[in-house]
Amino acid sequence: MIKELPPGLALQKVDERIMTLNVGPQHPGSGHMRIIVQIDGDFIVACDPDPGYVHRGEEKMAEYRNYITNIPHLERPVIHDSCNVLYPYVLGVEELLGIEVPERAKYIRVIASELNRCVYTMYWLAIYGIFLGHSTMFMWPAGDRELLIDLLEKMTGARVTHSHFVPGGVRNDLPPNFEDVCLRQVNYFEKRIKEYAAIFYDNPILIARTANTGVLSREDAIRLGTTGSVLRASGVDYDLRKKEPYDVYEELDFQTNVLKEGDSYARSKIPWLDMMESCRIIRHALQKMPKSGSVRVKLKPNPKGGDDSVYKRVESGRGSLGCYIVSDKKPEPYRVKLSVGSFRNLIALPYLLKGEKLGNMPSVYWSLNYWPVEADR
Amino acid sequence: MSVIAPNFKFSEFVKSILDNAFWMLLIFVLIGLPAVFIALFYIEMPVIDGQLLTPFLALTWLADPSRTIPILKAFMSTDLFKIAAFPGFGFAALIAAGTIFVERKMLAKLQLRVGPFYCGKFEGILQLMGDGLKLISKEIIIPAKADKPIFWAAPILFVATAAAFVALIPVAPGWVVADVDVGLIAVFAIIGFFPIITILSAWSSNSKFPFIGGIRALHQMVSFEIPLILSLLGVVILTGTLNLSEIVVSQSNFPWIIFLPIGAIIFFITILAELERIPFDLPEAESEIVAGWLTEFSGMIYGLVQLGTYLKLYAFAALFVVLFLGGWTGPMIWPPFPEDIITNGITIGPITAKIPGLPIFSQEMLNGVLWFVIKTVGVIFFILLPRGVFPRIRIDMLLSLGWYKLIGLAFVNIFIALGLLYAGVLGPGGILQ
Repeated sequence: MIKELPPGLALQKVDERIMTLNVGPQHPGSGHMRIIVQIDGDFIVACDPDPGYVHRGEEKMAEYRNYITNIPHLERPVIHDSCNVLYPYVLGVEELLGIEVPERAKYIRVIASELNRCVYTMYWLAIYGIFLGHSTMFMWPAGDRELLIDLLEKMTGARVTHSHFVPGGVRNDLPPNFEDVCLRQVNYFEKRIKEYAAIFYDNPILIARTANTGVLSREDAIRLGTTGSVLRASGVDYDLRKKEPYDVYEELDFQTNVLKEGDSYARSKIPWLDMMESCRIIRHALQKMPKSGSVRVKLKPNPKGGDDSVYKRVESGRGSLGCYIVSDKKPEPYRVKLSVGSFRNLIALPYLLKGEKLGNMPSVYWSLNYWPVEADR
Repeated sequence: MSVIAPNFKFSEFVKSILDNAFWMLLIFVLIGLPAVFIALFYIEMPVIDGQLLTPFLALTWLADPSRTIPILKAFMSTDLFKIAAFPGFGFAALIAAGTIFVERKMLAKLQLRVGPFYCGKFEGILQLMGDGLKLISKEIIIPAKADKPIFWAAPILFVATAAAFVALIPVAPGWVVADVDVGLIAVFAIIGFFPIITILSAWSSNSKFPFIGGIRALHQMVSFEIPLILSLLGVVILTGTLNLSEIVVSQSNFPWIIFLPIGAIIFFITILAELERIPFDLPEAESEIVAGWLTEFSGMIYGLVQLGTYLKLYAFAALFVVLFLGGWTGPMIWPPFPEDIITNGITIGPITAKIPGLPIFSQEMLNGVLWFVIKTVGVIFFILLPRGVFPRIRIDMLLSLGWYKLIGLAFVNIFIALGLLYAGVLGPGGILQ
């Protein structure tokens, strides 16, 4: 009996013209995953994304720790976006334990999560630039990202893994004079990201390379279950901050960016436009935030939930990010399930790459706003 | 306190140095010196003062210092010096090293970072040397199923071909390694070798990503060689010669870029493609095919390919200068050598030393080299600049650019040149000639 080999290792009877390429996991254009690509000349015949190289069992680990000690490791899937990854878990635990969050803490959470979204998007944009061979676009976002990282460090005490959101509010109050510094940094940041249009987004070579490649139609985007910037680039106006507002998003003034093209260029442009909206949200939130007040409700040690389950989701840098928590009257959750945007967007990759040229593979792959570590959890 | 070398003893350190020095001296005296003398007897040496320059005569400068400069000049007129040092390999390698440093610093400034900083006292100027030492000390890994002779030969062939290209470039009047009448044809022939070497190295490594990179390089170089050759036809039509030195002399009044700007632009774009520089670096596109045809190269093999690449960069920039910017021609800005020293000698206190053979280089030659270097560095700067500004283009865009747009424009350029020729403006017997 022939042993069944995993895909990519098995010898397949195919046309002699077709060459199988293992792009990754040790490849500068793959991230922590493997894409098995079959090419005929320069055209991709079939593509099989193979994630799972960085699986860390975060969900299982969450079953052995109580609700508070789960916080630092549940943000590990995307350390660049750690506030947003933790957000649905914290919202869910609050609902399970029946905690009312102070008003000031809600605003601080919104500011932190918007800053974090920008930090993540800048990292993503840097890699998108280098995938297209644009080394300046790698260095500029990586440098400007430091502005917001410094802000978050002032706010939370850590540069990337903040562990700032806790059930009942946020861990610490803002440092004195934070509002002024934040406003100044965010204004400068917005000025800087507007300059990216000149060197990157309006570059004729970039537009010629990414426009009309990997087109995802509106129907396919909905059918495949994509979320976030991929969905919005295909013309679907879907943003959880608008559709299911959590915390204080409904009181803030911002809009959703939607493009109709659905190609690689539109998918790369949406996060950049979203960063400008994030700057608007931060400015508005700084204005409306109560100037003083409590930021955390004190909890009992080892809080226990009821015999209940809760599903909460937020809009992260990569789309809808849901957290399903089942509680069974113990200090530890019975089950924590993260439903991440990265994995949903990856599903679209084989559909988009079929028939594309090999040169389009990195730009289409990375325009899906995919983060390998988050998809593996 | 941490100790870097716990078993270090100064006496042993001195002893090891002395041991090494002894062995090196012994090997030099027993093998090196005889080898140098034998080699010098076989190389064609010049005649000075009616005597053939033998190694023994060359050493007479120890007894008579006034013979130093004539012997030096005689040595500089040999082919060996021209090939190894001045217009040939050494000069080109120096400019290539400068190019790498300028590229890294300039790109760093463009991208708001510092670039090489710590190696060497000034702005990381010795970084290249450090990188070279690192590459030399690294292990050379060859894929198990590679075609080993070809895999080894390809980088060496690459450097040799680039050096042959450098040999055709006239730097100053009379200063060229190979002053051949079919200079431009020789250039085309040498350019035609690069895709062959690339595909040989890519295929011999027996790996998928180098193979794809090699095929891409082949497509790119072949499709851009045709517009490259056509863009230079305009210059040949107007000058009526293929000799590169004569093409430079024909531009003593005005450079050809004034009359043939389209040809110059086409030639510049094809240079970028031939050199595999961004936006045309598809054969080395790291996010698609790892490092393209360079993927399996490691250690000094990779270093050799890089050296060849930068020699090629210098040669192409110099060719642009020679064909379109007037080579060494330019206003005389180099100060003349003081006549006083030639006639009266140098007087230091009571001693008057007459130095025969001065000046070593003529004023025209130094001025020519200065202008040539200024122009070449300028062209190299514009070759480096797109790397910080453009993303990489795709193979289909590249091919359509090469086959449709550039070839069409090259014909427009040829018609302009023919028009100028038959209108009697330029060319043999023209108004402006």
